[in-house]
Amino acid sequence: MKVTSKEDLEDIKKRGLTSLQSDKTKVKVGLASCGKAAGGDKVFAKLEGTLEGQEGIAVEKTGCLGFCAREPLVEVEGPEGDSLVFEEVDEESAARIANSLKEGKTPEAKVLGRKGNGEKKYGDRKDLNSLDFYRSQKKLVLKNSGIIDPESLEEYAAKDGYFGLWKAMNKYSPGEVIEEVKSSGLRGRGGAGFPTGKKWEFARNAEGNPKYVICNADEGDPGAYMDRSILEGDPFSVLEGMAIGAYAIGANQGYIYVRAEYPVAVERLKKAIELAEDRGFLGEDIMGTGFDFELEIKQGAGAFVCGEETALIASIQSKRGMPSPRPPFPAQSGFRGQPTNINNVETWANVTTVFIRGAEWFSSIGTEDSKGTKVFSLTGDIDNTGLVEVPMGTTIEEIVYKIGGAERGSIKAIQTGGPSGGVIPKEKFDLPVDYESLQEAGSIMGSGGLIVMDEETCLVEVARFFLDFIQDESCGKCTPCRDGTKRMLEILERLTSGNSTEEDIKILEELSHYVKESSLCGLGQTAPNPVLSTLRYFRNEYEAHLEGNCPAGVCFE
Amino acid sequence: MSQKSSPENSVQDKTFLELVEELPPERESVIPALQKIQKSQGYLPEDALETIADYTDTPLANVTGIATFYSQFYLEPQGDHTIKVCQGTACHIKGADDILDELKRELDVKAGEVTSDGKFTLTNVRCLGACSLAPVIMVDEDVHGNLTTEKAIEVLEEYE
Repeated sequence: MKVTSKEDLEDIKKRGLTSLQSDKTKVKVGLASCGKAAGGDKVFAKLEGTLEGQEGIAVEKTGCLGFCAREPLVEVEGPEGDSLVFEEVDEESAARIANSLKEGKTPEAKVLGRKGNGEKKYGDRKDLNSLDFYRSQKKLVLKNSGIIDPESLEEYAAKDGYFGLWKAMNKYSPGEVIEEVKSSGLRGRGGAGFPTGKKWEFARNAEGNPKYVICNADEGDPGAYMDRSILEGDPFSVLEGMAIGAYAIGANQGYIYVRAEYPVAVERLKKAIELAEDRGFLGEDIMGTGFDFELEIKQGAGAFVCGEETALIASIQSKRGMPSPRPPFPAQSGFRGQPTNINNVETWANVTTVFIRGAEWFSSIGTEDSKGTKVFSLTGDIDNTGLVEVPMGTTIEEIVYKIGGAERGSIKAIQTGGPSGGVIPKEKFDLPVDYESLQEAGSIMGSGGLIVMDEETCLVEVARFFLDFIQDESCGKCTPCRDGTKRMLEILERLTSGNSTEEDIKILEELSHYVKESSLCGLGQTAPNPVLSTLRYFRNEYEAHLEGNCPAGVCFE
Repeated sequence: MSQKSSPENSVQDKTFLELVEELPPERESVIPALQKIQKSQGYLPEDALETIADYTDTPLANVTGIATFYSQFYLEPQGDHTIKVCQGTACHIKGADDILDELKRELDVKAGEVTSDGKFTLTNVRCLGACSLAPVIMVDEDVHGNLTTEKAIEVLEEYE
């Protein structure tokens, strides 16, 4: 049945609510890639096998609960919404959980905390939201992740899903939708932070038809997996955002470009697109409004540079993924030479939030110039690795020490923005995370990878690591990037192997500026950032290497 | 080079063609066609590249150029299972190199090579996006996390 009226939508929501608040005890296993990698599939099979045919108990899968360090996570939710989350569950403890449930007892296994209305039943347990890891987080983009079944459109609607698209298409003209996005203050979450509403406006005003919208899900930064988790945990939020964007821009066709390395995300997206089509949220005559929007998945083939807009477009058209000079910008001449708007996964998911909750509400979160939240994948030398979402403007201090649980004294720096970003020393951890502050500090917001590094990490070696990455992924089209990064890598290899000369640091610095200023695309223009930022804050480490001394004790083995 | 006259190859050509036939016969189908062939064959045989060039009306040089640009495509036969050792930042600082070295020793291959029994291909990958469980490897489509050198070897036993 296709949705053609608000009553239909309310009806789906009602069914979703029934499914979310069923009178059964639900056993939910976090089965995003992280959960799977930690052994979640075996846990799921064990629970399902042991509890098969058990009346009043349902075993279900859900997305990422964020606390990846403690995966596999299993939530047992009673009919009254009283729930207990178990951590580091293996087959053995899964069997124990299942057997206790059969006997109507509280399972004995390692508990992360209680959730929902669990206070009465599990009062002696800590509330999940009071844990340091969760306390200062604010979930807009990840609000459904780990809560709904990512393959259930009904459950998505139960969380007001598709009410944003409904509002956008029935209450606003396309131009008003763009105004709404502008006034929300939403900026692109892919790295550079360009205002989303403005970008849409360029594409809408550009001459030429058809127009296209694209979702950039080519999350290639090493150390970043926010987009994967969104696609795996709440795929409909991305589809809804794209439909809103297509309506605003006047596009009837869209593509989602997903990396080859994300098979689970691709499967979830396929399923979500199919379900959305069945219900009339995609395809012809969306929700009876007469507006058509078709969406197709394009799988990448393994090339980091395809995260760059123009290279991505080349790749979707089955060409070598090489960037081209801008202008013309994709908004004027993009896919098949037509006006094209590209936003990344997290941006599209934020669009949905803007329309469900309203631009004014959205813009009340964050800082003056950076609105809303940002999702980070927090990894490296800390205990609480995981996916965290915080309001823009939260300090690095809070993220590293409080949420991440890092040990004071042992941490040296944090790396943000992947190979395009930089390193920020612990002395600057009072910086708020917003686009401008991070840029002034010599790094960038980037897509959201945060890698915490302790005293045993050599930052010259880290710079070498990133240059090695860039050199491998440089497409070879422009000389500064192709040859410049090669020379830079050679110098860093000399430094880390003890064969460097006094002049090396000076040449490295010079080359960094040349490559930054003269490369064709974002990959080359930002490639020197890891070098420049480590030179800025840790020049002493470079100088020590000249004398054959690696302060972290990593090099010259 | 092309040996379309031999019956054996023409049968194979037909199979390749069958694999890509559901795609529209146009230039934009090259990458999806390469992906289909690789999924079914495990690599891209030269004849398959020719079939794709013909079918999509694209010069063979361009098809080859595309196949060699992307790291997902292989021009040589691969092992039954592909092991990808993540070299992302988090894995790098958590000892991915040790895992790679151990696998090289155990399987007696270099990165990018196939074991002598044809069972495994050992490769590097830039980032699998499972950074919180670093170091990780991916075998076929399964990600294995929180590895040590010993655990990495144990993982292989699941694929015997």
